Amino acid sequence: MDRLLEERVFKLLMQLSTLLIVGALLSIVVVVFVKGMPSLTLQMLTQTSNGGYYVGKEGGVLNAIVGSLDLCGGATVMAIALGVPTAVYLNEYASRSRFAAFVRNSLDLLWSVPSIIYGVFAFILMVYVGLGTSLLGGIVALTMLELPIMIRGMDEVLRTVPQRLKEASYSLGATKLETAVRTVMRQAFPGLMTAMLLALGRAMGDAASVLFTAGYTDNLPISLFQPVASLPLAVFFQLQTPFPVVQQRAYASGFILLVLILSLSVFSRLISKQFGRYTVR
Amino acid sequence: MARRRTNELVARKVMFAVTLLTALLTPLILLGLLQRSALILETVSLRNLIFSGSWNPDEGEFGFAPFIAGTIWVSGLAMLLAIPPSLLMAIYVAEYASKRLRNFIKPLVDVLAGTPSVVCGLWGVLLIVPLIRDYLAPLVGVSTTGYSVLAGGLVLAIMVCPIIVSITDEVIRAIPMEVREASLAVGATQWQTVKHVVVRKAFGGIVAAIILGFGRAFGETMAVLMVVGNVPTLPRSIFDPAYPIPALIANDYGEMLSIPSYQSALMFAALLLLIVVFAFSVAAAVLLRGFRRRYGLGQVT
Repeated sequence: MDRLLEERVFKLLMQLSTLLIVGALLSIVVVVFVKGMPSLTLQMLTQTSNGGYYVGKEGGVLNAIVGSLDLCGGATVMAIALGVPTAVYLNEYASRSRFAAFVRNSLDLLWSVPSIIYGVFAFILMVYVGLGTSLLGGIVALTMLELPIMIRGMDEVLRTVPQRLKEASYSLGATKLETAVRTVMRQAFPGLMTAMLLALGRAMGDAASVLFTAGYTDNLPISLFQPVASLPLAVFFQLQTPFPVVQQRAYASGFILLVLILSLSVFSRLISKQFGRYTVR
Repeated sequence: MARRRTNELVARKVMFAVTLLTALLTPLILLGLLQRSALILETVSLRNLIFSGSWNPDEGEFGFAPFIAGTIWVSGLAMLLAIPPSLLMAIYVAEYASKRLRNFIKPLVDVLAGTPSVVCGLWGVLLIVPLIRDYLAPLVGVSTTGYSVLAGGLVLAIMVCPIIVSITDEVIRAIPMEVREASLAVGATQWQTVKHVVVRKAFGGIVAAIILGFGRAFGETMAVLMVVGNVPTLPRSIFDPAYPIPALIANDYGEMLSIPSYQSALMFAALLLLIVVFAFSVAAAVLLRGFRRRYGLGQVT
């Protein structure tokens, strides 16, 4: 009965593959925790770095932490401002039209664009209007990165809102807009939050799109038109130096970044259960 | 009532305008890159750009062959490494694993898949590069710094695996149960059922999963840039360094501003990358559309 042997062999291979992939993914977390945890001092979180990211002296990565929060905060606000109307329009106003199909296809393509291309394109725009590397430039690049992720997530959620709920609202004389804002979006709220946090997490971890657009600096961000540091680039730049003091900052940045992103991801999964209590089933 | 109607009409117009704007972003990116690379396309022939190996930006020689080769080597190797275990794992999670195990592994992999690319690069520098330099290369009698095609391929493979696993799993689970029951009823083992029935039915979707993974690998920048060595030569073995296109764009953005033809050449590189990625994306969408129509598969990515 060699087909039973084949069954056994392949089952074993499948279990080994699962172990290999899960193990390799976990090893990333382990390596970054082991290297990053000892480097994470109070000074790391409360001070900016001194003497440039390459040569460098003492100091922490506060500039990168604040910079990342500013960049992602700005980009997420922009992406919500553009993404929510788009998702609502696609579902409530144009749901099965050819225009909606065109928009969805276009967003699907945008979703597949490598993040370095968002950086390049945002850079073209910045040169066009005469803007140097700046917080604003980084926000523009990250907004483009977040948009397709956010809209796709929201589109999926809005689609699941039951028709009878909308009909109940219409029957009371509500307009489409009133129904969309007061009924549909409230019902879909947990899912909308999840989509938003997913996009936020992606923006926070992305380095390639902010490389030319936001630049890097040792200072805290004070203006939309000045360069700004970010955690991913803090890892990238400070790892290349031969100086251990600066390398420590790269490890710490990697650790902070990973903790932030993993907790965002876990949080966004829990949130749909939490807010789920307030929706109609 | 009049005010509510005005609100409705204005909101509708505003939302339409915003929707149009976001939809036009994709064509705008394509046109922007095309317009910016016009200069180099006018002065150097397309054939020269793609097949020439001489890279001397200061003398106006822009042969992208080493970079194209670097991209193909690294992402090709990553796919070779990623596809077999990813497919086996997806089949295991979809067909064999108990509900409890599945409900544990799926979210775990989804969360870990969010690991930022610089963190994967950091992992590569701290673990994979020394591993290759001190153990793998001496094992086959090669000496290398560790920063190599192999390091890039390994780091990319681990980034691509969760994508392939997750889509393949969704695709396999969309296959109706009756199909399996028919096979099991005539005495096939579970693996025979998977091999002859499930995989055959899911084939289009699995190919789409692989293509989407490949697209991601092709454009991935930072993680690869950190471990691949960045030497613009044609790699001859997996222990040689390489210089993929995204790494070139990321490294040279500072210098390109001063020389117009250099800037245009890099924009052309970005355009090339974008066209390849779009082609992958369209191919995967077409495959998944057919699959979706038959089995009612939801959004998978």
